[in-house]
Amino acid sequence: MRKNVQTLLRDNAVTVMFVVLCVVSFFFSGQSLGYVAYELLGRLSRNAFIVLALIIPIIAGMGINFAITIGAMAAQIAALWVTEWQIPGLGGFAVAALMTIPIAALFGFLIGKLLNRMKGQEMIGGLILGYFANGLYQLLFLFIFGNLIPLHTDGLVIMGSTGVANTIDLHRIASSLDGLWRLNFNTAFYICMAAAIVYCIVRMALKKVSAKKGGIALGVLVAVLALYQIPAIKSGFSSLNIPVVTFAVIGLLCLANVAIMRTRLGQQFRAVGQNMTVANAAGINVDRTRVIAIMISTVLAGLGQLIYVQNFGLFQTYGAHEQVGLYAGAAILVGGASIVRATNGQALLGCILFHTLFIVAPLAGKNLFGDAAIGEYFRVFISYGVIALALVLHAWRGHSAKRDLRALSEKE
Amino acid sequence: MGAEYVLQMKNITKRYGENTVLEDVSLSVRPGEIHALLGENGAGKSTLMNILFGMPVIHSTGGFGGTVSLDGETVNIHSPHDAMEKGIGMVHQEFMLLPGFTIAENIKLNREITRPNPISRVLGKNLETLDMKAMAKDARKALDSVGMSIDEYTLVQGLPVGYMQFVEIAREIDKKGVKLLVFDEPTAVLTESEADQLIGVMKQIAASGIAIIFITHRLDEVIAAADSITILRDGKLVAVRETKQTNTLELAELMIGRKGESVVSAPDRDKPHGDKVALEVNHLRVDMPGEEVRDVSLKVYEGEIFGIGGLAGQGKIGIPNGIMGLYPAAGEVKVFGQSHELDNPRKSLQSGLAMVSEDRRGVGLLLEQSIEDNIVFNAMQIKGEYLMGLRPLFTLRDGRKIRKVANQMIKDLDIRCTSALQHTGTLSGGNQQKVCIARALLMHPKLLFVSEPTRGIDIGAKKLVLETLVRLNREQGMTIVMVSSELMELRSICGRIAIISEGHAVDVLKATDTDVNFGLAMSGIRPNQEGGSVNG
Repeated sequence: MRKNVQTLLRDNAVTVMFVVLCVVSFFFSGQSLGYVAYELLGRLSRNAFIVLALIIPIIAGMGINFAITIGAMAAQIAALWVTEWQIPGLGGFAVAALMTIPIAALFGFLIGKLLNRMKGQEMIGGLILGYFANGLYQLLFLFIFGNLIPLHTDGLVIMGSTGVANTIDLHRIASSLDGLWRLNFNTAFYICMAAAIVYCIVRMALKKVSAKKGGIALGVLVAVLALYQIPAIKSGFSSLNIPVVTFAVIGLLCLANVAIMRTRLGQQFRAVGQNMTVANAAGINVDRTRVIAIMISTVLAGLGQLIYVQNFGLFQTYGAHEQVGLYAGAAILVGGASIVRATNGQALLGCILFHTLFIVAPLAGKNLFGDAAIGEYFRVFISYGVIALALVLHAWRGHSAKRDLRALSEKE
Repeated sequence: MGAEYVLQMKNITKRYGENTVLEDVSLSVRPGEIHALLGENGAGKSTLMNILFGMPVIHSTGGFGGTVSLDGETVNIHSPHDAMEKGIGMVHQEFMLLPGFTIAENIKLNREITRPNPISRVLGKNLETLDMKAMAKDARKALDSVGMSIDEYTLVQGLPVGYMQFVEIAREIDKKGVKLLVFDEPTAVLTESEADQLIGVMKQIAASGIAIIFITHRLDEVIAAADSITILRDGKLVAVRETKQTNTLELAELMIGRKGESVVSAPDRDKPHGDKVALEVNHLRVDMPGEEVRDVSLKVYEGEIFGIGGLAGQGKIGIPNGIMGLYPAAGEVKVFGQSHELDNPRKSLQSGLAMVSEDRRGVGLLLEQSIEDNIVFNAMQIKGEYLMGLRPLFTLRDGRKIRKVANQMIKDLDIRCTSALQHTGTLSGGNQQKVCIARALLMHPKLLFVSEPTRGIDIGAKKLVLETLVRLNREQGMTIVMVSSELMELRSICGRIAIISEGHAVDVLKATDTDVNFGLAMSGIRPNQEGGSVNG
């Protein structure tokens, strides 16, 4: 039993560490649970999609796809043109999405082709590719758009110069997805709980889960419901509004991630991810499978970035995409994913933990050291640090697995 | 069907550049027969199979001459996938299985049974949902037909090696329309009982009408399993025989083509060696995956050729690897009376030990380097020989000296190569082995470990390697510890042989001991108490 707890802790060291950090920082930040929940909901609705876009390449054995930066660029190109054409509301968002898909697919195809030439170094390759693509992106936005291809909308071009302005104002499509249907947290919470309870009971009735397990799940749900009735907690949450459609889209992507793994294509991803030689011998077109994985990931990242910018209502033309790969990669690792294994749950959990820390760390830094900048540095330090840590742990785990084996054989 | 032969390869000729590897070779296989393909390494067996499977390496080097016909129809096989569709399957030597997949998933890999769903109707067959139940059912059927009762939902990860081999076979059988299966050295990794079982399964498959091409080194297995035999030598067809009309001796003869040469024999093996102990091992434990040594104690005397035998996976290979420091080891080892530090390969080499590894391509050789660089590598790195210039700060490799010694070694050991500059990766297995030995010799070791020196090399090269070992021992007085799975080999050159079973030294036998004693020891039973100085 003790061994099990130890193994559990070791296998989830990053996640556990983050939970502890979050709790401690929350305590020192002096903020209410309601405030953190409010911030977290907003961040989750705009970031979760991109993080989920990382899962398929990980399963296909290509590690964290840092090249999703380039998918984000595709989304920003689409967003620019939707602004230029002044299409308002959900229509604008839909046009942008329809534009993003082919552009991101093309980019993904090219990235995939390149990564196929550097098997085993996909992660560093994707990272560097993101930096290089940034140069082309600047060429496109500073020289070609607004210069060779004129832009007519006010405020889209740098005043008194050429090239696209520093900030693109998306007020026409801002919150077009989020605002479609907002639900009060109370209502949403009760609906979710009811759905979960019905689901549990149905599963138990169909004997898909044992009565014991189902009973525990039901008990937890009831306990959460009871806890929620405490006025202090309820009042903290009751002012929140949930962007239902955005979360529905995120949920849909989760389902799609699961569903695709149950298809022939998903089987190919998994096979290629485990061993390219074997997959190839079985007649699977390894290169093509890898290209498809990256294409899907890039398109999803593009759509994710679109959700992100519509939530904000504006974006920094030359900076909004830069940290996308890094933050998403860090988030998924925080959730307990590794560079060879990832699930929806890990992606979502990572998203929650990573952004909770982002919310509370600057405040905790200010309260503890009297300087908000320290918390700010902390953010950057954390996102790089987490990736480094995850890589180190990945190596370390391989090592200790070997050691366990040795201990086992000595015992015999 | 109807045609007399399921496969006919006629007048196949293949050149790599100026090098002719196959010349006018023909191979005919009848439906439902087991046809053995025999030949030394480099005889052209693998090239012939590469042609049969349409491997890219064939097409990218200018194709081949001759015709291939299936069921009497001339076909053009342009890719391995194409070969599969035409009903040719391969049971690989190294397992083509995915550890994280279940047995059923592995058997059905890339041939999954799927059901259409709304999305797949729009986006194509690749997005159809997997029908796990139907896949498991098919897998069950295939597993039953190879006599495996294991649950088809078990993960391949952690399966015993023997099981994996049978899963591979089940996968090939499950393929629809399979009419020809190629077994490439299928028994190499199996224990004796597993190998027997395998041969039984092969006969069963053949009886169901599927033809089998059986590639192996083991002549007794050929006699036991095959219906007919094609023998290649140096890229040429030597003979086609019916098994009924031939025997092991004739096959061996045809294969090496040098009549009258018997197995190597070392004279005066019973000559008493001195009492000086060269190597003393007490309670050695080595953590080598698949070859764990649990508790071994031995004494090797100066000037003898000491054999270490046993079945595969019992730990005999772990002994030299542990002593040399290539795998984590514990215990007490004394070399020429001096205490020996474990887990330190450099120290081991410096203290006069050298080893020819069983893993030629992995540990033994720098495949991208030339023969001469490989030969002098250790001597240069450990002893600082073959260098010139201002030592120790500024040194250059002494090209002339290296070339001289390399050419000498190539001549002495009969390494067949274009020149000393040829990359070792392009040599055949036997010649690679000779390069490994040459390198160990340049260290002028006092004690030489040779681990599986004849694994995967042909009889001719085998003989040469063994003779070289005997010569080194007799002429230079080098103490040699040879580890080998082939008992006959050990018995032909060693004085005393330790038999390892389940990580323990069962017994130390004399080469002249009876077969019964060796057989008992192999299965972990100590034959008699006066059998030898066991455990030091």
